[in-house]
Amino acid sequence: MLRTGRFVTFMALAGLMYLYIPIFIMMVLSFNGSRLVSVWGGFSFKWYGELFSNDQLLNAAWLSIRVAGFSATLAVILGTLAGYVLTRFGPFRGRVLMAGMVAAPLVMPEVITGLSLLLLFVAMEDFIGWPQGRSITTIVISHATFCMAYVAIVVQSRLAQMDGVLEEAAQDLGARPWRAFIDVTLPMLAPALISGWLLAFTLSFDDLVISSFVSGPGSSTLPMVIFSKVRLGVSPDVNALATILIGFVGTCVFIYSWRAGRRMRMCEDA
Amino acid sequence: MSAQQRLNASPSPARRRKSWRLGRNSVIALPYGWLLLFFILPFAFVLKISLAEADMAIPPYTALVEWLDETTLTIQLTFSKYQLLLEDGLYLSAYLNSLKIAAISTIFCLLIGFPIALFIVSRPAHARFFWLAMVMLPFWTSMLLRVYAWIGILQSNGLLNTFLMNAGIINQPLVLLHTDLAVYLGIVYSYLPFMVLPLYAALEKLDPALLEASADLGARPAVSFFTVTLPLAVPGIIAGCLLVFVPAVGEFVIPALLGAPDTLMIGRVLWDEFFANRDWPMASAVAIVMLIVLVAPVMLVRARETATRDEA
Repeated sequence: MLRTGRFVTFMALAGLMYLYIPIFIMMVLSFNGSRLVSVWGGFSFKWYGELFSNDQLLNAAWLSIRVAGFSATLAVILGTLAGYVLTRFGPFRGRVLMAGMVAAPLVMPEVITGLSLLLLFVAMEDFIGWPQGRSITTIVISHATFCMAYVAIVVQSRLAQMDGVLEEAAQDLGARPWRAFIDVTLPMLAPALISGWLLAFTLSFDDLVISSFVSGPGSSTLPMVIFSKVRLGVSPDVNALATILIGFVGTCVFIYSWRAGRRMRMCEDA
Repeated sequence: MSAQQRLNASPSPARRRKSWRLGRNSVIALPYGWLLLFFILPFAFVLKISLAEADMAIPPYTALVEWLDETTLTIQLTFSKYQLLLEDGLYLSAYLNSLKIAAISTIFCLLIGFPIALFIVSRPAHARFFWLAMVMLPFWTSMLLRVYAWIGILQSNGLLNTFLMNAGIINQPLVLLHTDLAVYLGIVYSYLPFMVLPLYAALEKLDPALLEASADLGARPAVSFFTVTLPLAVPGIIAGCLLVFVPAVGEFVIPALLGAPDTLMIGRVLWDEFFANRDWPMASAVAIVMLIVLVAPVMLVRARETATRDEA
């Protein structure tokens, strides 16, 4: 175990406070009865009431959930194949290009991705008549494309940890490659696929910039609605929405890390 | 069916190898084709449209290739957008300003992120999950909402000003929101997890015995840090800096929400060209130049990586 001094501990805790204080403040403000940030108007649930009577926000949230679900599923299928091909297939022609294409979306500025995909969709509609206009379909394709890069990274690192011995054994015993993949590789990959799906879902659910480029009229996702609201300043029902989302994600992440930590401790004790 | 029977029932080795090849190639083809179609091909259209003129049409740009009559094909390319990019000082200063803001933010992310990563590595293994989750949690929650949280803190009647005025430190509210300072705060805040995770991954592999050896040989902790820890963390530092710097250059949301109207960042310029001016060719030209500026450092790093790997 690495030893560090008091200075590192102090700096690290200060850094974590920097990460958490704004989130904490936003959560407290969501229960503030006053519309003003600097005035405490008593504890109240009124912004939550306002949030759940705002049809525009609720419709956008439902659209975002559907988009994120489809995109994440598509991204997991494509990303798993990409990650598997890159770690298990050895050299093939164009492998370097593929590795580059899988890594590049991680750093590509969103405005470039959004603009380029929109221009592609416009050109495709011109040439082959599909996709007709911009809709949920174009958002899902765009999100799946940048999310599959994240899934591929998660799958690649998981595959690098497991050696290929079990897959080879299955093939030595006569299983075709795809049988070995389905019966041996996939079950071992399952945790990575679940976290990849959740990551892709979150990234798609949060995306503002790419969606703004490739969505059509009537398909405003939740971040697009939030952005147009908060551009004009603080809006208390957005605080309430943020508290619900962060509370939900926070609970999931902490249950997961607590269980992982407990499993780890049991391994250490054993 | 036992494995032996299955082996006996399988087709001849040659046919089997052929079908194996076919299967293998189609597994490669699916993600490969998808990325070529939806990631690489779009850049060709950005390049194409950057060479067109804006037009009052749907879509709002001129055609590059047109049949004048049955036999004459005209190709019209204009470099006017690129000329404008070079001549109008606004674009140049937007590029330089974005690079500056991204570079300074990256340095601050590194300075704040390194102690966090070191701290997590110094925890016992079962506690690391908790601390990693503390860093990951903001990454899993909406970046838009986290940037928005700063508006309430920084605005003139916001929490920070109210606090400072009540404490008697200032008499007049400070202008904090819609400044460059707010943009730096927002970028460092949003991208910090992207810096910590690769740093953690690099430091986790560091063997504590090396630091003990260094201490046994009489090095003070600071000396050990600069001669042992830091050099071994270099891959993590490079990865973290790339993950922060490159997207930060093209950042749109943070300057739009926290920056001043005259905070020039190239992502915002592109957005305005596209959505406000409906000048698709100009937006495309801005994107192409940004791509060239950003791809260069990434290629350099990759080339360095392959070079060091070949040496090893």
